[in-house]
Amino acid sequence: MINEPLTHGALIGILAMAGATLMTRVAGYWLMGHIPLTRRVRRCLEILPGAIMAATIVPIVAKVGPVALIAVIVAAGSMMIRRNEFIAVGLAVAAASFARAYGL
Amino acid sequence: MTTPDKSAPAPYWSLAGLAQGARLCGAMVPGTVVFAAAYGTLAAQKGLTLGETVLMSMLVFGGASQLVALEVWTNPLTLWTVVSLAAVTAIVNARFLLMGATLRPWFGALPQWQAYAALNATVDATWLIAMRYRAEGGADASVYAGAGLMLWAVWVVSAIPGYLLGAFIADPKRFGFDLMLPIFFAAMFVPLWRGVRRAVGWAVAGVVALVVSFVLPGWWFIVIGALTGSIVGAFIDDQ
Repeated sequence: MINEPLTHGALIGILAMAGATLMTRVAGYWLMGHIPLTRRVRRCLEILPGAIMAATIVPIVAKVGPVALIAVIVAAGSMMIRRNEFIAVGLAVAAASFARAYGL
Repeated sequence: MTTPDKSAPAPYWSLAGLAQGARLCGAMVPGTVVFAAAYGTLAAQKGLTLGETVLMSMLVFGGASQLVALEVWTNPLTLWTVVSLAAVTAIVNARFLLMGATLRPWFGALPQWQAYAALNATVDATWLIAMRYRAEGGADASVYAGAGLMLWAVWVVSAIPGYLLGAFIADPKRFGFDLMLPIFFAAMFVPLWRGVRRAVGWAVAGVVALVVSFVLPGWWFIVIGALTGSIVGAFIDDQ
């Protein structure tokens, strides 16, 4: 039952995502009105954004291989030199397509 | 129990504040356009309709979570996928919990419904803007709402050209568009860097996620890796 296709599945999926996001937007505020966040929980939440990125990037690079590694390095390297997402993403996408064109 | 901050000015609303908030996030617009276009491109490749793509942007309004959710997305969706989508979205957006917590001293004196309505403007950019504005002594809650409305509109509209581009390109791999998610995260990772000590949790997250990706099917490696990394990181930093 859990693996059967749902009718209006896309709509249900989007609503589930919207509900989950609403919860994250209001719950921290609500919680602060009732109990103070401990320092450890605060630290945990501070580390989380970077942890999400690392947990996403590493397995994808391992799965896709050198092309993904090149793209990720170019994107990060570009951001280190100049904080511009346009340039970073453009260069990384270009690097990936070049790498593929040359058979990587 | 945290009471509203008595020393800071009381929160209020104004039309001028809405405009000021919209203006303050002007610098974030180009980045948001690129991000939204990337999301639209990926959504097209995953087989979402244009309506679904736009609806998700309107209702979720969380760039990173939407990109990750598209990786989890299946066509058609099962109950299991819906549960995974909700879990992944909550984890990726868990940083909003902390942001919301920091807004308590400011919005605490507002009527509850107004405070909770304003919280829907929370994304990384609006929060950063608001923190700077508040630090300079500002109290107008409209600045937060204005910044949120501006970025929301840009986010929703910019997904459309991206979607049309994605539907048009037959072989996305040739152009590297299948790598949008790791590319974006790598770019967003750089401004987070605060030295090696802070990075221990991130390294743990990467390693755990890698191991889990070999063991479990689907995208649970993001959830498990990120949670493990941030918990381990928080404990290490405590010592």
